Amino acid sequence: MLEQQLVNALSLGCVYALFALGFTLVFGILGVINLSHGAVFMVGAYAALQAVVRLHLPLWAAMLTAVIVAGLLGLLIDVLVLKPLRKRGAPHLIPMIATIGVGILLNNGVQGIFGAENLRFPYDVLSQETLTVAGVHMTVLELAIIFISFALMAVLITTIKKTQLGRALRAIAESPKAAYLLGINVEGLFLATSFVAAGLGGMAGVLIGLYSNAVFPLMGQPMLHKGIAVIILGGMGDIRGAMIGGLFLGFAEVMSVAYIGSNMRDAVAFGLLFLILLVRPQGLFGKVLERKA
Amino acid sequence: MDWFNNFWAVYSNLVLTLGTNALLALSIYLTLSCGMLAMANAAFMGIGAYTAALLTMNYDTPFAVSLAGGMAAPALVAFIIGKPTLRLSGVYLAMATLGFGEVVRVLILNTEDLTGGALGLNGIPQLTQWWHVAGAVVIVLAVLWRLRRSKVGRAFEAIKEDETAAGLMGINVTGYKMLAFVLGAVLAGLAGALNAHLTFFIGPNEFGFDRGVEILTMAILGGINGLVGPVLGSTILTLLPELLRAFNAFRLVVNGLILVLIVLFLPKGIWDPMRFRRWFRADKARSASST
Repeated sequence: MLEQQLVNALSLGCVYALFALGFTLVFGILGVINLSHGAVFMVGAYAALQAVVRLHLPLWAAMLTAVIVAGLLGLLIDVLVLKPLRKRGAPHLIPMIATIGVGILLNNGVQGIFGAENLRFPYDVLSQETLTVAGVHMTVLELAIIFISFALMAVLITTIKKTQLGRALRAIAESPKAAYLLGINVEGLFLATSFVAAGLGGMAGVLIGLYSNAVFPLMGQPMLHKGIAVIILGGMGDIRGAMIGGLFLGFAEVMSVAYIGSNMRDAVAFGLLFLILLVRPQGLFGKVLERKA
Repeated sequence: MDWFNNFWAVYSNLVLTLGTNALLALSIYLTLSCGMLAMANAAFMGIGAYTAALLTMNYDTPFAVSLAGGMAAPALVAFIIGKPTLRLSGVYLAMATLGFGEVVRVLILNTEDLTGGALGLNGIPQLTQWWHVAGAVVIVLAVLWRLRRSKVGRAFEAIKEDETAAGLMGINVTGYKMLAFVLGAVLAGLAGALNAHLTFFIGPNEFGFDRGVEILTMAILGGINGLVGPVLGSTILTLLPELLRAFNAFRLVVNGLILVLIVLFLPKGIWDPMRFRRWFRADKARSASST
């Protein structure tokens, strides 16, 4: 049974990681805790669902739609809300509160349009085949989740570590002002980051919507709480950390359900989080910047 | 007085919630005024609410004792978790305290024998009278107003401006931070205890992440430069959903929109004496130039 649990943990962890990737990207580069990321994630799931149900698109096209819709939404939030706050040099807390407002707006807007009920993807949208390797069952969806998450992470890390674009992004993360003086198009890259991060969120939304077979207006909220846990675990703003934090949370949850009891699932996850914060507040991979007198 | 009785019958709960929310906003103001973004207030409120309600229901204690218990329990918990947690700063402190809040929520959810788990506590006697709430708000405001002008208040302000410098001036930074944290917990606990004896029912999800964020929003929205801001912010945020009833299904959409607009256009919160003064001066300058 252990192998089966490990596979379940891996796919759950990958979804957490995928959500956290966008979340951590925005924090690392824009320095904003984007509490509307959960709502963007939900909008992604709804976009894909509408594409499948109304436009009868195949699943891959629906996913692409979700990424684009969510990405454009992220872009819109950046242009309308975060950019003016950046210009003003507002302290970190302020954009965070603004994104809370955006989240409330989106969650309730979608609820007003589509209703509060639980929607589902049509049964035949996805192959229900399972692969059995050495007694371990895996659905096509689980395989896809694991593959997509690792592929996206690899692309992101390579981009940030190896390319000119990545160097520019790292410069911005260090100091937007200095980056600007070096001739980097800071605003453009901020916008691009917002688009990519929100697109990743939308992708995670589709995958979770398929995985748990439920699309509803508040689906992003529990995800947001977990996302916060993940980026604390991994170290805020660290991409590799988000991936490992997500996997860690997935394993902690699945193992606690399997061996302790299903109602302690969240207690274990957040208890661990609390412990890590006390012992290593900067997370597993984070750096702490402390001002010395 | 008929209209008043009618009004009171419909809105008494709302009016009293204004009071308890003001206490909550002031509780987070207290930690913010010491430069800490601690977001455990919802959890402390929950601890206070459950302690007070359980005292009243299981031990038949007088209301005053229940209230005292509802303030003492979160203070104790704050003291215990404050030791390690308050070493953190900025966003990390916010996240740690949010994490602690989730731990508390899940613990309440899973200790069914004591707290009723997900079903919550039902049938709490409605002991809270309007003057309890009003009295609590007035006393808390008076104490905080006095505190601001005392040595303690000045120490808080020094720490908020620059922790390192404050420490070098001989201010006991850790001690004062702990004081602000524990006092904030006491206030949140008081609000929780009053609220529990007002609403008949409490459940674990009332004290989760969303409530924590809401409390922070009240304070920031109103402005955290003084005592007026948090009270004003909590009043607005409590009344807003009621005032927007005409929008039906979309009223929370408007609520969110207003929140975003205020943050965008009123950077220091709604209550910002500096801005008022600037307006006043601008007016004077204009009238002076026109004459």
